[in-house]
Amino acid sequence: MEQTMKKQKTALTPDEKQRKRSRTMRRIRQYFPFYIMLLPGLIYLLINNYLPMTGLVIAFKKIDYSLGIFASPWVGLSNFTYLFSNNDGINALRNTILYNLGFIVFGNILAIVVAIALDCVASKFLRRFSQVVILIPFLLSTVIISYIVFAFLSPTTGFMNNSILPIFGIESIKWYNEPGYWPVIITIVYLWMSFGYNSILYYSTLISIDKSLYEAAVIDGASSWQQIRHVTLPGLKFTIITLVLLAVGRICYSDFGLFYQIPQHSGMLYSTTQTIDTFVYRALLELNDVGRSSAAGFLQSILGFILVFTANTLVSKIDRDSALF
Amino acid sequence: MINNNKAYSVFFNALLIFLVLACLIPFWLLIASSFTSETSLVQNGYSMLPREFSLGAYEYLWNARGSILRAYGFSILYAVVGVTANVVLTILFAYPLSRSDLPGRGFFSLVLFIPMLFNGGLVPTYLVYTNILNVKDTIWGMIIPYLLLNPFLVIMMRTYFTTSVPNEVIEAAKIDGATETQALVRIVIPMSKPIIATVSLMTLISYWNNWTNGIYFLTTRTDLYGIQNYLNDVMNKAAFLQSHVTGNISAADIPSTSVRMAIAVIAVIPLLVAYPFFQKYFVKGITLGSVKG
Repeated sequence: MEQTMKKQKTALTPDEKQRKRSRTMRRIRQYFPFYIMLLPGLIYLLINNYLPMTGLVIAFKKIDYSLGIFASPWVGLSNFTYLFSNNDGINALRNTILYNLGFIVFGNILAIVVAIALDCVASKFLRRFSQVVILIPFLLSTVIISYIVFAFLSPTTGFMNNSILPIFGIESIKWYNEPGYWPVIITIVYLWMSFGYNSILYYSTLISIDKSLYEAAVIDGASSWQQIRHVTLPGLKFTIITLVLLAVGRICYSDFGLFYQIPQHSGMLYSTTQTIDTFVYRALLELNDVGRSSAAGFLQSILGFILVFTANTLVSKIDRDSALF
Repeated sequence: MINNNKAYSVFFNALLIFLVLACLIPFWLLIASSFTSETSLVQNGYSMLPREFSLGAYEYLWNARGSILRAYGFSILYAVVGVTANVVLTILFAYPLSRSDLPGRGFFSLVLFIPMLFNGGLVPTYLVYTNILNVKDTIWGMIIPYLLLNPFLVIMMRTYFTTSVPNEVIEAAKIDGATETQALVRIVIPMSKPIIATVSLMTLISYWNNWTNGIYFLTTRTDLYGIQNYLNDVMNKAAFLQSHVTGNISAADIPSTSVRMAIAVIAVIPLLVAYPFFQKYFVKGITLGSVKG
């Protein structure tokens, strides 16, 4: 009955309109408990996510706490020109994007290789055991990881300087004073803490690929590499695109703990470890510079939004089904 | 499953063994150094096998358990309250969205989806929580901001409800006279244990490991710190002491290296203990999460 009502596209007589309205009312009453269930979550989203979005206007204002956020005077783009007037802001933006590009490329390649390895190993024990173990780093907080990194890199007592470097006859390195090493260190730490999760994600897609495709490929004389190239990777295509698109949308964001805590906020490392998130935090809570930090936050939100839409449009032009939305 | 030749199989086996070791060894270094005597740590540095085995760090912790137990207690409080509230909110949001006939379903899905792509950033969020909700320097600062509802987990749970709880079962319950709420509590929730376990574990990880809320919102009430913020604080003081010879922090305020490592080990234990029980669900959850929202 409802179905036919829905499908009816011709103009309705007043009587029918009335009936339709009362039906809608009845439906709303019937679904009332559901709206009550949705309410707490909606309130939370409003406070935690939507209210702060209106605060993006702060980036164009000079905040005067005595007037409040909305009564504070507009200052146009001066927060942005100030943000880019010295190298700090540009440096943070550059670091964030370059690190994320590296993470996307290396992170996905490693995770795909591990997923294929999990799928291929003959030993059931090794497969199960490694699935359990590679997720352990994912359980650790960045604070704990910063302790572990420190155990390796401490200039005086660290494992690297005491046990590894002497083997190769290399002098001790003051890791926390030398920015040059940190792009490598941060990337390794990132891969270490995240590859397990992504590998399992890819692996779960892999095991759903139809086995007969591989058998057919073997009958056609495909080598292992050709099986990977022509069966496995196409099977993973959708997952790869989804993960990369989501990562592109977050290309201006960074894991605060990874860039703040792992380098122990050593000032000497800012040139290679400062990202937008640590920059915003330092400007806000250490320098109380609301203007610059909200301008940086604004860029982060807007750029991410534009990027994910652009990337999604590109993907949907190439292959409609692979697009995220 | 690729039908692989010998070279590939050797490579894949070696790779997995290497990665398993790469995951375990750093963690082992942390544990080993907590069992090493302080003098040996200072003289010889961190090593994989304690050169001088010692329970000194743990004895020290036991004798000074006051402040650590306190931080631990707050961590447990935040985790219990946070996880419970999060799971309840997630179920309550996901269940209506799983009903394909709900009027306005598309709108509510959109409301949930937008925050996954777009947010106001730290400054406005910070101002909302400190100026409007006044959570600064209260325990709510550790529970409410950022962590109470994760849209990603809601979508995961909704997908589970739609795919694994047959509509007929709910209809049958309603014919038997159950209200929507009763159907949810008596039928849907008991049938959804795997996804509830997954969401609980994911949320437990984010609450237990959360320390950023602590540095944003507990700026003066450091006595409310959970174990992660406690560790973070100790680490910062130690780093400060190393870079500044004189300062207002004295070495006596900071636990020695092996003690710090021991605290870190203790902080990891709850998740490591919970993990094997949840592991099966966890892998399933990651899989479910990959289903297109």
